[in-house]
Amino acid sequence: MEAYLDNAATTRCSERACRLMADLLTRDFGNPSSLHMKGVEAECYIEEAKKKIAKTLRVPEKELIFTSGGTESNNLAILGTAMANQRAGKHIITTGIEHPSVANPMHALEELGFSVTYLGVDQDGQISLEELEQAVTDETILVSMMHVNNEIGAIEPIEAAARIIRTKNPGTVIHADGIQSYGKLRVYPERMGLDLFSASGHKLHGPKGIGFLWKRDKIKVKPLLLGGGQQKGMRSGTENVPAIAGLGEAAWEMHRHLEENLDHLYGLKEHFVEGLSGLEQVCVNGKTGQESAPHIVSASFAGVRSEVLLHALENKQIYVSAGSACASNKPTKSRTLTEIGLKPELLDSTIRFSFSVHTTQEELDYTLQCLQELIPDLRRYSRK
Amino acid sequence: MYRSFLIKYGEIGVKGKNRYIFENLLIDQIRFSLRPVEGTFDVRKEQGRIYVDVTSETYDYEDTVEALGRVFGVVAFCPLLQVEDEGFDRLAETVIAQLAEAYPAKNFSFKVNARRARKDYPKDSMTINADMGEKILEAFPDCRVDVHHPQVLVCIEIRSLINIYWEEIPGPGGMPVGSNGRAMLLLSGGIDSPVAGYMVSKRGVAIDATYFHAPPYTSERAKQKVVDLARLVARYSGPIRLHVVNFTDIQLYIYEKCPHEELTIIMRRYMMKLAEHFAQEDGCMGLITGESIGQVASQTMQSLYVTNEVCTMPVYRPLIGFDKQEIVDVSEKIETYETSILPYEDCCTIFVAKHPVTKPNLEHIKKSEQKLAEKIEELVQTAIDTAETIRVEA
Repeated sequence: MEAYLDNAATTRCSERACRLMADLLTRDFGNPSSLHMKGVEAECYIEEAKKKIAKTLRVPEKELIFTSGGTESNNLAILGTAMANQRAGKHIITTGIEHPSVANPMHALEELGFSVTYLGVDQDGQISLEELEQAVTDETILVSMMHVNNEIGAIEPIEAAARIIRTKNPGTVIHADGIQSYGKLRVYPERMGLDLFSASGHKLHGPKGIGFLWKRDKIKVKPLLLGGGQQKGMRSGTENVPAIAGLGEAAWEMHRHLEENLDHLYGLKEHFVEGLSGLEQVCVNGKTGQESAPHIVSASFAGVRSEVLLHALENKQIYVSAGSACASNKPTKSRTLTEIGLKPELLDSTIRFSFSVHTTQEELDYTLQCLQELIPDLRRYSRK
Repeated sequence: MYRSFLIKYGEIGVKGKNRYIFENLLIDQIRFSLRPVEGTFDVRKEQGRIYVDVTSETYDYEDTVEALGRVFGVVAFCPLLQVEDEGFDRLAETVIAQLAEAYPAKNFSFKVNARRARKDYPKDSMTINADMGEKILEAFPDCRVDVHHPQVLVCIEIRSLINIYWEEIPGPGGMPVGSNGRAMLLLSGGIDSPVAGYMVSKRGVAIDATYFHAPPYTSERAKQKVVDLARLVARYSGPIRLHVVNFTDIQLYIYEKCPHEELTIIMRRYMMKLAEHFAQEDGCMGLITGESIGQVASQTMQSLYVTNEVCTMPVYRPLIGFDKQEIVDVSEKIETYETSILPYEDCCTIFVAKHPVTKPNLEHIKKSEQKLAEKIEELVQTAIDTAETIRVEA
């Protein structure tokens, strides 16, 4: 049996999206900026995708900017806001558990003279609203935080945070990194009081190389890419029409089945967490019920190195991540796990299991059974 | 446009009656290295020299130069212009036209070096030198003759055809692969072993390799990295048979039974044994390792003594007197460095002790190994039976 449990890294592309994309690469391949029929046709596909995505978020269509993916969306949101608003102040707030595509733009801004406050999190990976309230000043131009943490699945209280920020400084731009939440949770960024919201296509059964940034109309953001002025100048470059259409299709599918998906995923999560707690010396990190993301389970296996466990599971055709896949090529310690106060000896013993709508209970039972078999052996041979 | 290359080979030329064997091998190796290059080539031996002629209408000059630059046995090679003998004036015109193309500034010091192999040519070598020099000076007034350190050495060889060349591109030297048997390289994912393989192969030795992997402690990527390294070495050595041996169970068994600080040294003894097994199977006449005295605990004189003891074949350690930086320099030259430093764990480091023995005692180690008596033979046999062999080509 094969069990792909690395859906927070990437997901299998939806077949409807694939078929649509194939048509757009070969048949309706026009450039949306062309004045002739072929161009108009291509433009229609973009409009169609926008309409679908806008509906899932309940935002105006014209407020969507397509990008090359989550990293670009986050970069555009953070660097673009900082550059456009630096006269109003040079203070930014974020959290200590952000993805590198948020953390590194922040470091770049610090080098340019911005000051950045990094909010701590509790053992469940959630920020403290009091700490946030104290951090916001008249100088704060931007608050950027993740909606769902990619490593442990914590959900941040972004709606409450937005209210607090608005009260203290109505001018502050509020960005949420929704790469792990869009398509998995109900997200209505406008109603939640956000100004910017990033999402990525391949995390929700869309294609890779596509994502979007929702930007509230009045918010000033400076574009990162300059060129032909596509997408109202916010993101030059010929639109990736097939991927945009694929993303629209995938997002719509996820949205249409959201209720049943949530039931399915929370059911799986509960079952899996229960199974894990039956194993010796295994602890699940963060919250696990409906207060957490439905598709991510982080667990620490005392005395087992995560990379070794990962490869042992791989031999059983079970595919997982050690910490976060985006950072797993480097032997650096996970910041999220450090921030939630995980014991140092468990940092290198933590595995992330992440589910999708295709994941079945049988796959999880098989995984639990393999874990039960493998762990005693792996514990026996540890580095002395 | 150059249509031929003159191949210069050094020490093969002085071999006695076996000379033709070496030359023929060199020709084979040149042909082999040119196979992936766009274009068709004829490699031929003529009057004690080797020529590569381009036979297709077009070819990739850059790739040809790169391929020839990797053939062991080639000391240097010269892109060559071959012309019919149509009289000295016509020859001078050709030389001048070509020089003008190669050195558009027309401002260089030069020397003409003529060789008259065909003795019925009306001018002798000295006269050709003088007359051609004069013609060049006439054509390019800014040039000057420098017989000691010329910037451009214009070589003119009068044979049945006339060869004109001035550029000499260095080759790797050494001896053509296949002229000196075959050896088994213990290939890890590190910096040293690919360099060791390169250096032995440079002396004409064909290479096979053994890699020990330890799933799940080492990853598929670590194995892929070793295949990639073998491929880079194969650009010089020709095809490599790579034996991938699953070492996990042996390693865990040693871990369980033997003192922890001796783990690495005992592991390495079994690695040598296994490599020797595959060496015998492949008809190798020696083992090659990337060891260098004192680099790590397992490469002290005492440790080398203890690991060497299990082998009956000679173990060649071409890096034995090299410092790390010297090894890195070669690995950068042969372009294995970038791959070698990819950060995947190899089987030597996963269970390594904090303080491994640096001065192991052979008798002591043998005594520790007795604790393995019960199962080790069976595990070694399984490792042999389950090894995977991959044919790696550049």
